[in-house]
Amino acid sequence: MTLLKVEQLHTHIHTNKGRVSPVRGVSFSIEKGEVTGVVGESGSGKSVMSQSLIRLLDREGNIEYNGQIHFDNKDVLALSEAELRKLRGNDISIIFQDALSSLNPLYTVGNQIVEAIRTHQSLSKKTARKQAIEFLRLTGIPSPETRFNSYPHELSGGMQQRVMIAMALVSKPKLLIADEPTTALDVTIQAQILDLIIQLNTEFEMSILFITHDLGVVREICSSVKVMYLGQIVEEGPTETIFNQPLHPYTKLLLASMPKLNSDRTEPLPAITGTVPSLSNIPKGCSFSTRCPYATDLCREQEPPMFSNDGQRVQCWLYDEEKGGWLD
Amino acid sequence: MLTYTLKRLLATLPVLFVVSVAIFLIIHITPGSPAATILGMEATSAQIEAFNEEMGYNRPLIEQYTSWVSGIVQGDFGDSLFMNQTVLGAVSQHIGPTLSLALLSQLIAIVLAIPLGILAAHKRGTILDTMLMSFSLFGMAVPNFLLALILMLILGVNLGWLPVAGYAPLSSGLINHLTTLLLPALSLGAIQAALITRMTRSAMLDVLSLHYMRAARSKGLKERTLLIKHAFRNAFLPILTVIGQTFGTLVTGAVVIETIFNIPGLGQLIINSIVRRDYVVIQGVVLIVTLIYLFINLVIDLLYGVVDPRVRLDRKE
Ligand SMILES: Nc1ncnc2c1ncn2[C@@H]1O[C@H](COP(=O)(O)OP(=O)(O)OP(=O)(O)O)[C@@H](O)[C@H]1O
Ligand SMILES: [Mg+2]
Repeated sequence: MTLLKVEQLHTHIHTNKGRVSPVRGVSFSIEKGEVTGVVGESGSGKSVMSQSLIRLLDREGNIEYNGQIHFDNKDVLALSEAELRKLRGNDISIIFQDALSSLNPLYTVGNQIVEAIRTHQSLSKKTARKQAIEFLRLTGIPSPETRFNSYPHELSGGMQQRVMIAMALVSKPKLLIADEPTTALDVTIQAQILDLIIQLNTEFEMSILFITHDLGVVREICSSVKVMYLGQIVEEGPTETIFNQPLHPYTKLLLASMPKLNSDRTEPLPAITGTVPSLSNIPKGCSFSTRCPYATDLCREQEPPMFSNDGQRVQCWLYDEEKGGWLD
Repeated sequence: MLTYTLKRLLATLPVLFVVSVAIFLIIHITPGSPAATILGMEATSAQIEAFNEEMGYNRPLIEQYTSWVSGIVQGDFGDSLFMNQTVLGAVSQHIGPTLSLALLSQLIAIVLAIPLGILAAHKRGTILDTMLMSFSLFGMAVPNFLLALILMLILGVNLGWLPVAGYAPLSSGLINHLTTLLLPALSLGAIQAALITRMTRSAMLDVLSLHYMRAARSKGLKERTLLIKHAFRNAFLPILTVIGQTFGTLVTGAVVIETIFNIPGLGQLIINSIVRRDYVVIQGVVLIVTLIYLFINLVIDLLYGVVDPRVRLDRKE
């Protein structure tokens, strides 16, 4: 069953320096219970895209959307402010990268979790408190009753992230957006948090949109993956296919730059040459053409359409059969 | 919290020392000897000698300072040179109106400015925001004596709603007291209000752009909860600091406003003492105002500890 269907989503932000479009025509869907990975270099629009799903930036500036977002029979782009509030934190929750800066420093973590609970359920303070402690326990926080009264700065990074996860789960959301939830943590804690997220995925049948720079993590936990570049999904498909048979030159380069466990550590990792163009200066034609080793005149002139092959979709002229282009 | 309080208290001691030395030196840095300034040009050297003997001005400075301070610690601020009164007596006679005036203006300013500042931040970039900001800029630019005269003319003379001048003590009834103070308090509070509005707006904008605000919004909280519970409480601390710091401006302003509205407060006492070169009273009043200022800022520091758990943290390092 399809939980989320996004079609040709564009997010435009009007700033005083003009309009930028961090998301430029993204289409995908997420099935119930599916764990989907989103990868791409910094600035490729992963956060803006995922936050657009609950229109989180609406109040922070002059934002304009085009396209369609359908979530659970709701037309998200047509929802009123009040209906959006019911969606946020209730049907769709987000865990952010930096847990400490995502928690209000002046309130105890208990206060903030209870607030999340009572926003969406009419429960007494006492019941909500009990629930909050249960969720803290669920995320593996030792002595949750004491931790309930701690302030964010009194907890370690791993504990703070667990608090954020507990807070995101209180309404048993249908979709959990995890925006680089482990980047700020050290490796052992990272593994624990990942285990926790996966355990929750099976336990609550929650779909997960997992944003990360770490392709290893994607391979470990995601059943499908989307590769973003400059506000577009340039390739997507089942994780195994993408890892074994990447099509887009950008995906190939991303995979090649991934450190391998048994590789010779003395050899430097190949990096993608050049830098991501700025949003105010998006290349004509294929947006990757300025850095692509295979770019042709066509690539620099005309934007490639999506080509699909067996559940794998790629936006690259190399796969246009009419123009005779399959790369060997 | 207790250690924090003690630390704050200790931190005011050096400030007190520096301030007291500065105030003490008022008499000695004014050109000419105190005796000559106070007694005037025609004083004979015998008179000057006698005066210095009486006041202790011929003793070494250090000795004078310590005896002055030890007097103050025991509540003896000295005697007025011209009025048949102790400094403390004169101050306690005049401090009531000034405190009432300062508190009322501060209250008007806060009640007006904080909601307006929050509103401006919430509606940033809109016409409302621009209007509020231009208005507050205007409020800061108009000197308070001019505003006092305008308000006096409109509300007092033309409309006749409020008394033009004079002062009714609290003992004559609260309503009476407040009606005489309202015009002066409005004139004095305007600049304060303008300042706090702008400060509130910018502190709110700073907080609103922080990460935890977006995270809080992602929980589906109501806009009001986001603004008040999450943003304002964080923005409150810098606002509080400004309120404390501008208390000094308020007292300076009070001197002018009291003169215009003929209010028998500290302002009048100070002006009269300056005209009469009554240095002992000037010293006493300045010192007492400073003490009040320090006290207010101490209270604000302690409030920081109440509002922000990270501040009251007694770090064991
Ligand atoms: N409020 C905003 N105003 C203007 N531009 C913005 C705004 N928010 C994001 N952008 C721009 O949108 C682009 C995409 O940003 P986004 O944060 O989504 O990238 P990302 O893929 O999440 O990167 P990272 O991996 O570093 O988190 C960036 O170029 C960023 O500068
Ligand atoms: Mg991001």
